[in-house]
Amino acid sequence: MNFAIEVQDLTKHYEDVTAVDHINFEVKNGEIFGFLGPNGAGKTTTIRILTGLIKPDVGKASVANHDILRNPIEAKQCIGVVPEVSNAYIDLSAWENLTLIGKLYGVPKSKLHENATELLKEFGLYEVKNKLVRGFSKGMKQKLLLCMALINDPEVLFLDEPTSGLDVESARLLREKITQFNKEGKAVFLSTHNMEEANQLCHRIAIINHGKIAAIDTPENLRIQSMELQYIEVLFNKPVDLQIFSENPNISKASFAGNKLRISTANPSAVIEFLADFAKQNGIQILSLNTLMPSLEDVFIKLIKEKEAALK
Amino acid sequence: MSRFTEQFKRSFVIAKKNIKIYYSKGPVIIFGLVFPLFLALAYVIGRNIPLREVLPGIIGMTTFFTATSVGPSIVPWETRSKTLERLLCCPVAFWTIIVGDMLASFLFGLIISVIPLVIILVFNVGLLNFMALLFGLVIANLCFSALSVLLSAYPPTDIPATSMMLSSLVKFPLVFISGVFIPIEQLPQWGRIIASFSPLTYFTDLARQFILDKGYYPMMLDFLMIVIFASIFLFAAVKLHEKTLTKRLS
Repeated sequence: MNFAIEVQDLTKHYEDVTAVDHINFEVKNGEIFGFLGPNGAGKTTTIRILTGLIKPDVGKASVANHDILRNPIEAKQCIGVVPEVSNAYIDLSAWENLTLIGKLYGVPKSKLHENATELLKEFGLYEVKNKLVRGFSKGMKQKLLLCMALINDPEVLFLDEPTSGLDVESARLLREKITQFNKEGKAVFLSTHNMEEANQLCHRIAIINHGKIAAIDTPENLRIQSMELQYIEVLFNKPVDLQIFSENPNISKASFAGNKLRISTANPSAVIEFLADFAKQNGIQILSLNTLMPSLEDVFIKLIKEKEAALK
Repeated sequence: MSRFTEQFKRSFVIAKKNIKIYYSKGPVIIFGLVFPLFLALAYVIGRNIPLREVLPGIIGMTTFFTATSVGPSIVPWETRSKTLERLLCCPVAFWTIIVGDMLASFLFGLIISVIPLVIILVFNVGLLNFMALLFGLVIANLCFSALSVLLSAYPPTDIPATSMMLSSLVKFPLVFISGVFIPIEQLPQWGRIIASFSPLTYFTDLARQFILDKGYYPMMLDFLMIVIFASIFLFAAVKLHEKTLTKRLS
């Protein structure tokens, strides 16, 4: 099977720090692959290696079937990159930035003008195409960066925290465009802090911490793997004592969230039975009861904690 | 199209961008043209030296200062604004970026150093071989442009002022040991030895040969040494920048 990205045993050290530690993963063609991790986990280093900016100390990586170490030019010809920090030329206009990148990708002139016009219109920047980027808002700069990443019609798109610090509308537009790009059968490598974004967009997610991959799976499977993080939210018509619930062996944690009782459990059916009995015996009514799956954020925190505990 | 030609074409794209962003600024023209002119005037005013005698030095200084005026600050500047990262993500070889920076310095230097040549024509200063001097000017500009990019390689700073200050520490002493103000034959033996390590020495000597019909080195040696220096500077610039790149990006 041909993969959009293939990483084998990738390792990178910065003096005494191991930024990326023997990681392995593949990104399938047509997949949106999320790369999650806390600050300093190794996300940006991985992206920098995969986009040919830095060389790993150990390991191999290929992008669009080109070895990024042996054939970096060919590999880079097939990718588009939206970096973490805006790096368009602020002393050039949007149009000049876009055509500069297009020329560096060797896009033929007529095609370049067609692509640039289309992208600027699509992202609502056509009216300001001749204005210097210096005067652009963060949202406009981020849209321009995505235009620059798409100017060569790449096979694989790398995005490093693309919606960080953006207003809701701009972030939504960017997510829509990423989904649209993916619908054309192209792969997306998305590094993000935003769990909800990863949940909405990604087919699979890798969680990285201290340079090591803690888990790779679909968002749903990651949640299923952490079933002990399921919780039940219940609302009674009368106040109840928390102590009673804490003593139940099926309940790992009980706390109040507003007027609702939130119970963490790996065995929701047993707890629901217990709650029904408790209500009946005490003449209390259950006004509402919801069983909730763990959020991706819960899974993320759990995996990171497990990894840190293992390291200790 | 061969890979080399395609990459060279992309170097021109980078050079064009550099000229637009970094070279079309007033201070650059002042530093490249007005500064060497005033330096030359400070040397000749009050001394009865004919224009013809001063011209080789003016041509040498203008070419040298112009071609090296902005080059040392481009890489640090692009590091700071993260645009270097943007360029490196594109399908360009590392040497393509370095040659692009060098070409911008070269083209800018060439345009500005034509001005002394115009002075030669306007004042009807007799010239032995205009075309040969023009050729010398081209290769000297290439050489100094390569030097300017090399000057930004170490330390791998992202502060343009640091790079400019360090480059001035190299550039100014070179002017004084390269026969710009005092012809090489008038220098003491140790001065001549030091002068032989400066690329500017050979270009000034070349200009003196074409304008004054007297030089210290054989003309072919002047041409050859400028080409050798250019090759060494370019090779060293690519290698040093490559070596310091990870540190620069971190």
